Amino acid sequence: MRRGDGIVDRIDWLTVALYGLLVLAGLLNIYAAIYDIDNPAPFFSLSHNAGKQMIFIGVAVVLAISILAVDYKVYDTLSYPLWALFVFLLIVVLFVAREVNGAKSWIEFGSFRFQPSEFTKFATALAVAKYISRPNFKIARLKDAAILALLIGVPALLIIVQGDMGTALVFSVFILVLFREGMSPIPLILGVSAAVIFLLALLVQNHFYFWIPVAAISGIAIFFNRKSVKRMVLILAAGILVIGMFESVGYAFENFLKPHQQNRILVLLNPNADPLGAGWNVTQSKIAIGSGGLTGKGYLNGTQTKFDFVPEQSTDFIFCTIGEEQGWLGSMILIVLFMALLLRVTQLAERQKWRFARVYGYSVASILFFHFAINIGMTIGLFPVIGIPLPFFSYGGSSLISFTIMLFILIGLDANRMQMLAH
Amino acid sequence: MNRSRGYIIQGIFVLVGVLFALRLFSLQVLDESYKAAADNNIIQEEIEYPFRGLIYDRNGKLLVANKPMFDLMVVPSQVFIKDTLKFCDLIGIERNEFNEKIKKARKYSLVKASPFLKQLSLEDLAKIEDYLDEYPGFILQPRTTRSYTYPIMANALGYISEISPQELDKDTANYYHSGDYIGKSGIESEYEIYLRGQRGKKFKIRNVRGVEKGEFKDGEFDTLAVPGLSVTSTIDRELQQYAEKLMNGKSGSIVAIEPSTGEILTIVSSPSYDPNLLTGQKFSANFRSISQDTLKPLFNRPLMAAYRPGSIFKIVQSLVALQEGVITPDTKFKCNTNLIGCHNGASHPFGTSEKLVGAIKNSCNPYFYQVMRRMVVQDVDESPYLDAKIGLDKWNGYVQKFGFGSPLGIDLPGEKGGMIPDAAYYDRAYQGREWKFSNIYSIAIGEGENLVVPIQMANFVATVANRGYYYTPHLIKSIGDSGKPLPQYSEKHHTGVDSAYFEIAVEAMSQVVKSGTGQYRAKLQDIEVCGKTGTVQNDPNPDHSVFIAFAPRNNPKIAVSVYVENAGQGARAAAAISGLLIEKYIKRDSARLYFEPYVLKGDFE
Repeated sequence: MRRGDGIVDRIDWLTVALYGLLVLAGLLNIYAAIYDIDNPAPFFSLSHNAGKQMIFIGVAVVLAISILAVDYKVYDTLSYPLWALFVFLLIVVLFVAREVNGAKSWIEFGSFRFQPSEFTKFATALAVAKYISRPNFKIARLKDAAILALLIGVPALLIIVQGDMGTALVFSVFILVLFREGMSPIPLILGVSAAVIFLLALLVQNHFYFWIPVAAISGIAIFFNRKSVKRMVLILAAGILVIGMFESVGYAFENFLKPHQQNRILVLLNPNADPLGAGWNVTQSKIAIGSGGLTGKGYLNGTQTKFDFVPEQSTDFIFCTIGEEQGWLGSMILIVLFMALLLRVTQLAERQKWRFARVYGYSVASILFFHFAINIGMTIGLFPVIGIPLPFFSYGGSSLISFTIMLFILIGLDANRMQMLAH
Repeated sequence: MNRSRGYIIQGIFVLVGVLFALRLFSLQVLDESYKAAADNNIIQEEIEYPFRGLIYDRNGKLLVANKPMFDLMVVPSQVFIKDTLKFCDLIGIERNEFNEKIKKARKYSLVKASPFLKQLSLEDLAKIEDYLDEYPGFILQPRTTRSYTYPIMANALGYISEISPQELDKDTANYYHSGDYIGKSGIESEYEIYLRGQRGKKFKIRNVRGVEKGEFKDGEFDTLAVPGLSVTSTIDRELQQYAEKLMNGKSGSIVAIEPSTGEILTIVSSPSYDPNLLTGQKFSANFRSISQDTLKPLFNRPLMAAYRPGSIFKIVQSLVALQEGVITPDTKFKCNTNLIGCHNGASHPFGTSEKLVGAIKNSCNPYFYQVMRRMVVQDVDESPYLDAKIGLDKWNGYVQKFGFGSPLGIDLPGEKGGMIPDAAYYDRAYQGREWKFSNIYSIAIGEGENLVVPIQMANFVATVANRGYYYTPHLIKSIGDSGKPLPQYSEKHHTGVDSAYFEIAVEAMSQVVKSGTGQYRAKLQDIEVCGKTGTVQNDPNPDHSVFIAFAPRNNPKIAVSVYVENAGQGARAAAAISGLLIEKYIKRDSARLYFEPYVLKGDFE
């Protein structure tokens, strides 16, 4: 092997560095979140989450190195078996798991426990990449579309059955991947439109304020397309469909969502309606972040996080610690780090010659993006509270290790991209 | 084409990043309200209630003290009760009451303490204290309530109770908080700003469960409670107690003043109530029954009950007429009952001509009819109507100088001014029709439209005792250690009538007691009492018995006014009570108190 051609020279150190920074910053903030002013625990101790997170980081580093050492082709080979294994574990979970916070997602062996749903994300990414990279794959073909829907939908459904709606929602982000791989943008646009209509229906009290603009837009569209009867009929139908959806949201909201899910959405729209009840999380989270100001209260000096006003502070609401203690500037650093990572991962994906690797790369970027957007969005009151972790940052072994595996498989694939030409 | 989709996806990522940056900027940098909300979350303001000032009598005896009590506070988020019924039994409330109180507390705050049960006494506390450990979320907040050493002078002392929403609105200085106690009446209300002291505050940091986590900024903003100032009353506790004993079972009032200072020695409003009833947990129930009592124990008669003064007003008339020069001490008028009725007896038969002193002694109504006529009809104007107006207003001016017709400004709330009619008053009353002396003459003898309150009568007799001036009567002679009353009570008020004329009035009042209508019931061995009876018509009910007196004649120590409702002649109940009080005050333990059984028996017919 020529000099500069070893694996160490070929891996993308920028991604590794961004990963390392996020993990370290996460660790420091987990320590800040568990820090008790009256009874400060030593940093190196297994009695608290930060200490345990260090163990997880150690495991993650070992796994990351192993992944880079393993022949990259193994992921291609193992993608379906891995998917099948985790789908199987998701089913097992349903029978053996104890309910925690309303969800049955943990498998336990003595003191060791893990969450198969976290690992199912990259397993599904591998399977989707594998299927799309088939030589004669055509997304517009019904059979291909149906199989992709199964690969993504089966684990998502099983996770919904577990009761973990948040993690299941992550699977919806594959729509971005499919979009990149040539799927018509219409499902994406329809999905976003449906979400907007849904929120508007809950927000707009007087329905005429919705009807009138829809009617006006439809009218103008029909006017400009008056030469084509077909188009006019289509526009009319779309207008009626939109109004119909709008009007049926109330029914769907009442009947298809659980009360706590209804509350999370209502709270997002108006957190002051029930600040001590359903609105507590959002209200307290915004107070903690908002009180940080420009420069923050200083490391370990946060009051809202220290005194437990913010729930789940070392896991789902870890961003509150940064917002409160590091202020807007600190939050910006975190957001810039994530942006850099997301864009870098997208670039890595784009530079793959092998479709499998590219699809997988986009899956990684999309999944990270979804976690980032939903997690921070919920803490600052832009999304309903959906309990999913901030990648690399939140406390939790399953989350950290599965995200690490996911990212380092990509780094491994990328490091070997030149050899793939022969593939 | 698909490569460009990669840029769209990156665009979406960046868009979300920018959206977050803007949202965070507005949340963290632009919007200041979250900082306040964060402080509000963690800072618990602990109030240290100040010790309310005490009230002493003029001899240093404690009248009003503080008694410890406790508010049972609740922090709803910490509450964990296994057996609610058992808890309800323990603290003595019903289950639905419990639910309501918890609901109210939750509404206030989940994590901040609010009162659950107020004003537990030490006895209540003893019952529950040992078990309270089993009920997390319930804490005791020490406070104090008032305690009265003697069950006397309820209306003068007043009471304290929780501040009302209206009072909170009026408190522009924002001293008070909801749940604070405030003086509602009497001295407690009038001297509230001295007695209340200053609340201490401690700012503690607490976590979401309300558990304390140390001081906020190391106690930089903490303040200590400053106890209220104690005040020394002018009241003579022993005399007050004796006066209340004498008034037991009767309606009316007594005011006794030290003439040389205007200090109120005794102020009785009867019927009254035990001030201890309006303290502690039973406040509401007791207040309801006291305020609904048909005998109106909360009506502070010495200040609020406006009566017609009756014959005691003849002294005022004499002084005014002498000063105006319309009569001299030697002016004689015949007792002509065609003008106005008179209670002619053996000593004062129909047709007797009396000089001024004799007329006062015998309380001759026709005499004072004539005196008033000379005051009002001075022939300064041709029109008898206009002439009467000029004369009446002149008279009114004199009488006002004695402190009649408007509140004196005593240091108790709710004082009424009574009524001394003037020309404008009769113009209104006659609605533009003409009037002259013959229409208004009954005011000559203290009947008709005249109204005075007992404190004014006492102040008047103190003025006579001083031969022409008075200090505004007051109840507090020293605030804190100052040794001084409020400045307005050191100010001498002159009546504008020569003291020589007062000597004539004094002579007459002395004779009243020696041999006139005051007669024997106010007469004392060794003490020369000067007095005047009044028997105020109150048809169809029995007359009110009125007596004003001071003693001794020279260098007077005490001036009293006694008003006993529906007790008949002034010479009976009121005179006897006056005599007893004067003797008790001056002679203390060597007083003979001859008429005490007569007064206590309460049958004055």
